[in-house]
Amino acid sequence: MRPNIDVVIAGWGSYIPLYRVAVEEIAKMWGKSARHFKEELLIDEKAVAGQDEDVATIAVEAAKNALQRSGLAPTSLGAVFVGSESKPYAVKPTGTIVAEAIGATPRILAADMEFACKAGTETLQCCIGLVGSGMINYGMAIGADTAQGAPADSLEFSAGCGGTALIVGRKGYEKEPVATLEGSVSYVTDTPDFWRRPKREYPSHAEAFTGEPAYFAHVLSAGKILMEELSLKPSDFKYAVLHQPNGKFPIKAARMLGFNKEQVDSGLLVPYIGNLYAGSSVTGLSAVLDIAKPGDRIFMASFGSGAGSDAFSFVVNDGIDVKRDRSLTVRNYIKRKRNIDYAIYSKFRRKIVV
Amino acid sequence: MSVPRYWREMPERTRLEAAKCNRCGIILFPPRGKCMNCGSESFVQYALPRRGKLITFTIVRSPTKGFEKQVPYVLGMVELEDGTKITVPLTDVFPEDVSIGMNVEAVFRKVFEDGESGIIEYAIKFRPTL
Amino acid sequence: MIMRKVAVLSTGLTKVDKHWRKSLRELYGEAAKAAINQTKVPQLDALIIGNMCASDLSDQNNIGALLADYLGMTPSMAYRIEAACGSGGAAVLGAYTAVASGMYDFVMTGGVEKLTDGVGGNTTYSLGKAADAEFELFYGSSFVSLNAMIMNHYMHVYHTSREDFADLAVLMHKNGARNPYAQLPFPITRDTVMNSDMISDPISLYDCAPVGDGAAALLLCPLEDAPKYSDTFVEIVGIAGATDTINISSRTDLLTLNSTVVAADRAYKMAKLTPKDIDVAEIHDTFTITGALSVEDLGFCEKGKFHKMLANGAFEAGGIVAINPSGGLKSRGHPVGATGAYQVAEIAMQLCNKADKWQVPDAEVGLAQNIGGSGSSTYITILRRAR
Repeated sequence: MRPNIDVVIAGWGSYIPLYRVAVEEIAKMWGKSARHFKEELLIDEKAVAGQDEDVATIAVEAAKNALQRSGLAPTSLGAVFVGSESKPYAVKPTGTIVAEAIGATPRILAADMEFACKAGTETLQCCIGLVGSGMINYGMAIGADTAQGAPADSLEFSAGCGGTALIVGRKGYEKEPVATLEGSVSYVTDTPDFWRRPKREYPSHAEAFTGEPAYFAHVLSAGKILMEELSLKPSDFKYAVLHQPNGKFPIKAARMLGFNKEQVDSGLLVPYIGNLYAGSSVTGLSAVLDIAKPGDRIFMASFGSGAGSDAFSFVVNDGIDVKRDRSLTVRNYIKRKRNIDYAIYSKFRRKIVV
Repeated sequence: MSVPRYWREMPERTRLEAAKCNRCGIILFPPRGKCMNCGSESFVQYALPRRGKLITFTIVRSPTKGFEKQVPYVLGMVELEDGTKITVPLTDVFPEDVSIGMNVEAVFRKVFEDGESGIIEYAIKFRPTL
Repeated sequence: MIMRKVAVLSTGLTKVDKHWRKSLRELYGEAAKAAINQTKVPQLDALIIGNMCASDLSDQNNIGALLADYLGMTPSMAYRIEAACGSGGAAVLGAYTAVASGMYDFVMTGGVEKLTDGVGGNTTYSLGKAADAEFELFYGSSFVSLNAMIMNHYMHVYHTSREDFADLAVLMHKNGARNPYAQLPFPITRDTVMNSDMISDPISLYDCAPVGDGAAALLLCPLEDAPKYSDTFVEIVGIAGATDTINISSRTDLLTLNSTVVAADRAYKMAKLTPKDIDVAEIHDTFTITGALSVEDLGFCEKGKFHKMLANGAFEAGGIVAINPSGGLKSRGHPVGATGAYQVAEIAMQLCNKADKWQVPDAEVGLAQNIGGSGSSTYITILRRAR
């Protein structure tokens, strides 16, 4: 898919909370094997939102970082979408909270999107459409989550917190583009691998079913079709960023698509911060943009349970060198950390009835 | 806090919007009806700087209503880069690591949740500068 | 403009305590009747009463009318004055102007507070409303935490310690131990303070005035008429109020209570006196830090030197000025809206030689300083023994 008017990334920014809880802490609590998570799933620790953080606050900081990089006034934005599965209100858009906090109101389209972990690229597709149709000059797509795993469930070991904002602009209108979109593919089926019913605190999942029929089927399909339509080979890409529910899945899927480990490494963040859900693939992209050079081609494929994958191809432009140092990088936030124990983690994440 | 009261002062509390006196140039935060310095009633909107130094603080151990689960929490007075002083909560720092003189920067955070069904109240807090 | 001179004809106090069995009206009634029954005034023309928290804690507004009714004073004029914990001092100022203007002759004033009518954190929350609701209280700051920031700053700037502040609490309890009206009439040591729980660092429990109920009543009349109705009365020779920013971050100097400096200046000028002329002072020590700043800003010692002077005995009888012989807010207690009235009544008692075991010898001139909020207002009354 390609819009009639070519679109570019005009700015990017991320935010990851301060706190980390190590896999050993959770394993100790529930009598599980830390080794399984660390060595097989490649997760060492996950990022935990503080008591005063939620998807709105994470989205606002990511948004401000993206705006800083882009050099744009907040009122330049014609849309802001927040993709999440842990938004603070069931009814009341996070998009308006973000738009107001960054000073982008009132001439703006704002809404929230949900497609499990793919919501962050859902928002990106929408911005691409709005910008590419000429309806708006710039749109901000945010993917952020503070998702929870049920205590003792395997997902508790990986459910992390964080998010990324991407600003989409029009090619030609944006004078310092960071990267140009070559095309995208969305591949979606009704596959109930992971879900949460209303009023339930934690999601449920179909265990091993979340692998081949869900993650792999959709990511591999979207990726293959994208490369076919754009007549590209895996070796044409410098970087490959995939959705990261753990370390094992993206490395395996990348290999099955024809990518090698070097292409995946720079965007593989899950060992340090866990699975950011709707923030996962877009934060991987952000980490890649933090180091990419003009001319690099970047592959990104998200995955959202329910299920679907959005695959994209970007080529990096000269604007990246101008904009990169205007804000903190993903690595800056990863390095800024403070480990907490299971007790504090429970208090922060309200696993104790408070 | 009632919804109208929360909503009305959002520009001040979530974007640090202050008033600058058109006549004598001093910054008023919170804004006033008349300038404290020269009595002028003419002001222009002014965005406070986002960074400053912590000039004093306290660690609250006996909370005010609604803040029980946050104890101990830190309140501080920050002198911003333009000399304006504001009273704000500190965040992303354990109380024992707070010190007078530390560099701090503005972040958008939750301040209060009105129970399980009321609104969520956000505002600018300050954290150690990254 | 000709203003009449005003006298405090008589006073009445209740002990400060957790008065579970006495309501707002009963408590003020007790103090008022004590004051009224000491004299034989022909009528009571007005009631100007101070109170801060009744609206929140006792669901009671319209207190002027309530108490005028309770005291059988209707149809005399009545209203309530609210200036946070300065309500009592502000009420006395209001009553003073009522008499001095010539409009009213016999005016009942004072203050009453029922802090124990509050439950589950309501009292702390109500007291916090003295601060800026939108820009201080919103963030979870309480009255204690705002003053704690000031104390922390003082310690940083003047290199003093918590022990230095503890010494003031110790002196307050030493004085209050002799006062039957005091809520906490027992001596304490430095260790008591240092070992007490932190409320909001660096303010600990024993740096704070206790929570209690109380009422103080004063009967004012024109000075020239006073001898007809009493043998012991005092003249109000200086009285003033002043304000400062409500939000402490807007203060020019965080360690100066400018409302106290200005009100004191005005009151001293009106009385044609200086700090040196004051024999006894009841000052506003809600917290030990507030006490320290009050003493400095009333002109009794240089900025930053309070603790040294305290240690040298400057603020006990026989020193520069006897501070809070009643035990102050710390030991006598702080029924917020009534405190300012307690202070004026205590000074009146001192000047009339009625302070029994806590009497300061040869007290001729006394000063009461009452603060509202974290220094956002101060009401000062200077009294002289009348002969």
